[in-house]
Amino acid sequence: MVEILSSVMDGLLIGLVYGLAAIGLTLIFGVMDVVNLAHGAIIALGMFFLYLFFGAGLHPYLALLPVAVLGFIFGVIVYQIAVRKIISGPPLMSLLATFAVSMIIIGVGTALWSTSPYNINFKVTTYNFFGYTVTSARLVSAVAAVLVTFGLYYFLYRTVLGKAVRAVANNREAAELMGIPSQQILAITFGIGTMLAMLSGALIATLFPFTILSGGVYELKSFVASVLGGLGNPTGALFGGIILGLIEGSVAPFIQVSWTNVIEFVIFVGILLFFPTGLFGGRK
Amino acid sequence: MKKKWMFLVLVAIFGMAFAQTVKIGLTVSKTGKFNVESVNQLNGIKLWQKWVNDQGGIAAGGKHYKVELKFYDDESKAQRVQQLYSRLISQDKVDFLISPYSSGLTAKAAIISEQYGKIMVATGAASDSIFKLGYENVFQVYTPASRYLTSTVDMIKAADPSLKKIAVVYEDSKFAKAVATAARDYAKKLGLDVAIFEGYPPSTTDFGPLINKIKASGAGALIGGGHYSDGATFARQLYEQKAPLKMIALLVAPASDEFAQLGDAALGVAAPSQWEPLVKYTQSCGPSPQQFTEMYEKAYGKEPAYRAAGGFAAGLILQKAIMDAGSVDAAKVRAALDNLDITIFFGKIKFSTDPASHGLQLGHEMVQIQWQKKDGKLVKEIVWPLAAKTAKLIYPIH
Repeated sequence: MVEILSSVMDGLLIGLVYGLAAIGLTLIFGVMDVVNLAHGAIIALGMFFLYLFFGAGLHPYLALLPVAVLGFIFGVIVYQIAVRKIISGPPLMSLLATFAVSMIIIGVGTALWSTSPYNINFKVTTYNFFGYTVTSARLVSAVAAVLVTFGLYYFLYRTVLGKAVRAVANNREAAELMGIPSQQILAITFGIGTMLAMLSGALIATLFPFTILSGGVYELKSFVASVLGGLGNPTGALFGGIILGLIEGSVAPFIQVSWTNVIEFVIFVGILLFFPTGLFGGRK
Repeated sequence: MKKKWMFLVLVAIFGMAFAQTVKIGLTVSKTGKFNVESVNQLNGIKLWQKWVNDQGGIAAGGKHYKVELKFYDDESKAQRVQQLYSRLISQDKVDFLISPYSSGLTAKAAIISEQYGKIMVATGAASDSIFKLGYENVFQVYTPASRYLTSTVDMIKAADPSLKKIAVVYEDSKFAKAVATAARDYAKKLGLDVAIFEGYPPSTTDFGPLINKIKASGAGALIGGGHYSDGATFARQLYEQKAPLKMIALLVAPASDEFAQLGDAALGVAAPSQWEPLVKYTQSCGPSPQQFTEMYEKAYGKEPAYRAAGGFAAGLILQKAIMDAGSVDAAKVRAALDNLDITIFFGKIKFSTDPASHGLQLGHEMVQIQWQKKDGKLVKEIVWPLAAKTAKLIYPIH
């Protein structure tokens, strides 16, 4: 029993971090219809930014702040250079552009850090509750993911800028007629999406060793979580992430772990067939 | 003037006739998941090249052959290996081959070397199955997978005869699976209960679900692992989640010096190793273990890992076979390799000549290392076999 509960708890905690990554992806899609193929590479970049700040002597949790700021700036730059011009073009254009960004990040990253594994080696405390063992790193990363999500909601629903983002997502032309500078809003949204991806990468880096290629796995999970929750719906994406984490945790006691991916994708196809707009509805 | 030219041309022709070279081709995983292991191996091969060329090359049949290496980056990818070995043979016209790192990649390279009838010394590849296909040109340096963790089981059994249950958890790769299967069968033969026998995908980073399973199974010892990245991650999480294990023995990762980066999570973790700098072998040719270690430290500024030693050994074995054959003729060198029965700094080397397992390594034996603390610093100690040990095995570790 303890074993199953531990697995479910572990799944929930890691699922929240997956969810945060998925929100970054789904936000960009929801507001500007761009499927960001650089998402995985940006997650990996977040891991390495954290590594650099950690190497400079900053505590990993303190380093999350500069990683977030860098993430936002990086996102705005990527938007201005690679996305802005083609945002009204056919979807294939933005796919190719973000894919190119992904290749550039991975190429530069491989040159700088090679593909060897890196590790954030800091003091981790272990807690034991009735036979369930959990590390402080997992708890903190889950809590951080929840806090960032709340922050995003506050921004989207309680600030003028956030309302403008939602207005642009709803109807870009109407928003422009109301005097909202949509180009700036789109740049800010891309910056926020990138920031969320980098933060989730940084949180993952406090849990597991990573390489510049590690982002791929989490990009895939982000896609699945986004679709599970309904593309373009940030709350849905968070729950999609939690569902993924729970599946990973809760099936493990019963079957070989190699089968987890198979089960995840069978459920994924099932959702596409029976709930094409996701479990929580599409963009809102 | 004309005479001077004639003279120069003659000198050039004679020069070429005397400065013979033997060209050896291979691929290296400079990028991708085998990056750490493969570059270590290449360092060993390059050191051998320098060592032998400094002595004037390989002396065979009254001639001296300078060694020339030709290598490409295979990106740890099987398709690249096949293309590049074909290229090494047909375009670069190499005389002999050394394998890439890992069993999976070597299996691909072996297909090509066999098609073209080129001799390949396989190092960094411990799979048995490559040598069950009737290949005539592939020769294994490492102790094969089937004997990789069996001595670990012996060691645990000797340390704790009352232990009943063990867990075998391995990376789903050709090499790790072969090792794990052989270890499971051997453990069962010794009367141990294998409570879990399970693989994990090579890209696994979250071992939480598996560790919960291991805890629930009540296993007292864990053996398994795969390569570097997964093994290091696994060990770190076993430590963080306080898995109540008396012994942890993982493949490959703990044998690397980088493993010390894990800090306290490394403490007590054991690994089978093909070779360690402290081993005591009395070599019949080539450098002694100590000489090799000094040479390597001088060249690269760090202690050689066993993969580096395996790289040097691959070159040395080829060199010895060419010397025995007295030429670089493929058929003669092949016969010399078949007859080889030597002890070098790396250990005993003898290949199977049975057509059903031709080229399989029969002579070489594993040593067991364990990470221990000495004067507050993490060090690798040899704990098994007892005759070769540098420290007493710590058991139980928790």
